[in-house]
Amino acid sequence: METMSTTESQKPRVVQAAVTGKGERLLRLALPLATMFAWLAAWEFYVWQQAVPPYILPAPSLILQTLVENFSSLESSLWFTLRLTLMALALAVLSGALIGTIFALSPLIELSFFPFAIMLQVTPIIAIAPLIMIYVDSTFAALLICAWIVAFFPMLSNTVIGLRSADHNLKALFRLYRATPWQTFRYLLAPSALPFFMAGLKIAGGLALIGAVVAEFVAGASGRDTGLASRILEASFRNEIPRMFSSLVLVSMCGMAIFMINIWLSKRLLGYWHESEIKSEG
Amino acid sequence: MAHQRAGVVTAMGIVPTMTKADSLIRISGVDKRFANGTVALRDLSLDIGQRQFISFLGPSGCGKSTALRMIAGLTAPSTGSIEWSKESGAASKHVHDIGFVFQEPTLMPWATVFENVYLPLKLVGTSRKAAQPLVEEALEQVGLANFAAVYPRELSGGMKMRVSIARAMVTRPRVLLMDEPFAALDEMTRIKLNNDVLRLWSEHDLTVIFVTHSVWESVYLSNRIIVMAARPGRVVDDITISAPYPRDEEFRVSAEYAEYCKHVSKALRSTLDGNDVDH
Repeated sequence: METMSTTESQKPRVVQAAVTGKGERLLRLALPLATMFAWLAAWEFYVWQQAVPPYILPAPSLILQTLVENFSSLESSLWFTLRLTLMALALAVLSGALIGTIFALSPLIELSFFPFAIMLQVTPIIAIAPLIMIYVDSTFAALLICAWIVAFFPMLSNTVIGLRSADHNLKALFRLYRATPWQTFRYLLAPSALPFFMAGLKIAGGLALIGAVVAEFVAGASGRDTGLASRILEASFRNEIPRMFSSLVLVSMCGMAIFMINIWLSKRLLGYWHESEIKSEG
Repeated sequence: MAHQRAGVVTAMGIVPTMTKADSLIRISGVDKRFANGTVALRDLSLDIGQRQFISFLGPSGCGKSTALRMIAGLTAPSTGSIEWSKESGAASKHVHDIGFVFQEPTLMPWATVFENVYLPLKLVGTSRKAAQPLVEEALEQVGLANFAAVYPRELSGGMKMRVSIARAMVTRPRVLLMDEPFAALDEMTRIKLNNDVLRLWSEHDLTVIFVTHSVWESVYLSNRIIVMAARPGRVVDDITISAPYPRDEEFRVSAEYAEYCKHVSKALRSTLDGNDVDH
């Protein structure tokens, strides 16, 4: 809590989030970029200086070149993986929020079904995937189910915890004013749950991509689909290491994009009130 | 059960000291036992009159907060009854009749000061437009008219508590219930807020029921102090503070105030006699 002023002025005493000066913002961008560049340069230099053959370790420049040359064929795979990941994530968010809400509002249902949710969570997806591939005809649907299973649990558990974390006195206040269950949910429980929900989303975003890639590895052996994971496998069979790397770069960029969207969203939704998104005065 | 000095409370039932028209809340033979068997309150009988400023004073565990929550309807008595007067046409207490202030400011951190104060009206379906003048008036009363658009985290502890008071007052309640509202504040802020509450009370047709563990605060504010003892929670004394209002800083340093404090302290002290003082 901030210090109390004994003379409370009549003007809003807005505690400014530590001002991010232009210099600091530049540093935030420049520092990681410089580190990344230095690392790539060292890699490039090492490959050139030691004359490492590309089938052992391709230089970054070669990876980039391969990526550009093969982009037209890699592009469809990129969209396939991205679509798969985002659809799985959307499903996980919707089902996690819905089932989490039901669990939070009804302890009996939670008691009955939570073991199932935990079972889904603790069984490695790579062990379930072959079975799903057998039972589900459409490869895309099978992959979607796999990625969803992985991303679902953090959404579920965070929604449940979030909805239960509402302040007890505020709940009493809502009771005092005879709020309807819907009003209590809409104006109290849901906003209280939002920070937990966003934390779940950050985890689920990463897991959805992992699920999508892992499931595709399993399906890839038998598959005729075109996700990035299949391209990595394919290139590996042919010993095309630079192509493996360029597919890997795209997978990694997918993950980064999802992560950054989540960060942005979290800032948008929580930035103005939640401690996690507010810089301290230092 | 000991005979009560003021004659308000007896073990057998209610002996009203006020005329019926004055009485706003009638608490009769109320016991409160928790599920684990703890007796939080035993045989509480009390008539609370209109326009009273009444303090529940006692050590922790004396059931003063429990009594307040029962009056608010947040928890039900195990036995006995709490009745609201039937005057002014209202058959029973109305949602708007009560304002409640917790020990913590208990504000919604995601909502602006305006939204926080608007909440009670919003919950009964008052439109934002219709509520606006009421919210502004409530904020004005606590000196926060310029802070409507600010988020709670940007306010000091004392200001947050004022928002909480504005929220309780926005429905223009007949009774303001306050559960150790200033216990967590520093001395200067508490004195200021004490004066604010007294001003609100004098300007409105308001009954205040104030829970505190501070002798000095209860004497300064109230015209009636219910002294309570713990294990089991019960009323041990009912003291009238007849010093005239308005009370200000002059009263706070007067001999009369000191005398009342001494008297009330003694009564509070007696609640600890015979009980093991465990801290």
